[in-house]
Amino acid sequence: MSADGEQEQRTIRCLVAKVGLDGHDRGAHVIARAFRDAGFEVIYSGLHKSPDEIVQAAVQEDVDVLGISILSGAHNTLVPKILDGLREYDAYEDTLVIVGGIVPEDDRATLKEAGVAEIFGPGATMDETIEFVRANVRERE
Amino acid sequence: MSDGNEQSAADPDLIDELLAGKHRALARVITKIENRSPGYRELVSRLHEHTGNAQVIGITGSPGAGKSTLVDKMANAYREQGLTVGVIAIDPSSPFTGGAVLGDRIRMASNVGDMDVFFRSMSARGSLGGLSTATTDAVKALDAFGKDRIIVETVGAGQNEVDIVRTADTVAVLVPPSSGDDVQMLKAGILEIGDLFLVNKADLDGANRTVMELQEMVRMREDSPRFDPGHHGASAAPDAANNGADGGEDDWEPPVLEAVAKTGEGVEGFLDTLDSHHEWLERTGKLDQLARERYAEEIRALLREDVNRLVGEELRNRGGIESYVDSVLARETDPYAVADELLAPLAECVEERREE
Repeated sequence: MSADGEQEQRTIRCLVAKVGLDGHDRGAHVIARAFRDAGFEVIYSGLHKSPDEIVQAAVQEDVDVLGISILSGAHNTLVPKILDGLREYDAYEDTLVIVGGIVPEDDRATLKEAGVAEIFGPGATMDETIEFVRANVRERE
Repeated sequence: MSDGNEQSAADPDLIDELLAGKHRALARVITKIENRSPGYRELVSRLHEHTGNAQVIGITGSPGAGKSTLVDKMANAYREQGLTVGVIAIDPSSPFTGGAVLGDRIRMASNVGDMDVFFRSMSARGSLGGLSTATTDAVKALDAFGKDRIIVETVGAGQNEVDIVRTADTVAVLVPPSSGDDVQMLKAGILEIGDLFLVNKADLDGANRTVMELQEMVRMREDSPRFDPGHHGASAAPDAANNGADGGEDDWEPPVLEAVAKTGEGVEGFLDTLDSHHEWLERTGKLDQLARERYAEEIRALLREDVNRLVGEELRNRGGIESYVDSVLARETDPYAVADELLAPLAECVEERREE
């Protein structure tokens, strides 16, 4: 085993982010723990973060996955700001952006068009989410 | 595209971009260092010539001592002085799944959206070991990027952490006020590496006592004639008349300070002390000495890893360790003979080359 020390050890890194004026972090905590138990490295943003902060964290931590949890209904303004920020730092291409929370049917298409890979609403299971991440995490050179 | 081509095509750009100040490139280089991606060694090699300009500060202390909060306030204060800051925060990972929740970022509230504070969380990744190598290399990346101050923050428990903070020029140990038992615990290992001690949450009960206990222990450490301070600390026991931290000509007695990181109280004094320690290191030539020792240790560590890998490959070529274990169990041979047999060709090879 020790002889394999030089082999690449890719660990999926995720940022679980709470953005905007939304104090409901139960879901974010649950998903953070589920990701951890799946063997991911999870960085949790804490509550009430601005889109800028989320972008800063996602870029600096070089995460594979950015999971944005929003229950406030402000997804149409906040999520595109984050996506634009990622693009500004050349980080959008290899970051898988997913959204969790309550997003009305009509808004889903808009968000996906803006660059969100998938939206997980109430009823989505942890396994489903983890599987999606494993299957869709972006390849890196 | 072959492996080799891909590497040499992609990596020079990455370093150029890092040196040009692109945050994404810095982040990606650190990821490659952490993952030990193919070609990461070449990256770190190329970084080396651009390093040596940053002041590296290690912050350690037990969980809940307030490290992250202090680091946040430090970064903020440095930014007010117009300095750029890099932070590496190391959290333990779950030994079962390899997963981890890295929460130090939550406390970085004072540096919102300021890209000149580059904060990076790293997990210990359980069995990997070599975390101190990864930390050293990540510090190099931040240094080459041009950060003026680099803070390495880690839980102070175990040899791994002690190794990690050795990458720093100045090590600060954070201690929460307590009944004294924690201070007792500190004696084992952490006390020796502290260049200064900071009793955090000094507004709580018991802070005075903790300060006194620490001062006593520092004095005992300084007075102990057998004690070899190694990297950090005075080379000789201070004269009795010459006991002040700043008053001594050549000695550094680790001061014990107080702060309330949450409100920022005492943080300025703490930073001043960090600066005076750095001045002392420069004045006495200890900074160069530290760098020499660090590089020597780095070379040794790399050699150990590389030789280990080489021997591992040789072992696999010869059918793996299990068949040797079988022979040893059957008493056909013994572990020493096996080691000799495996190493003999390597030793021969080295000897031949040396004579040339």
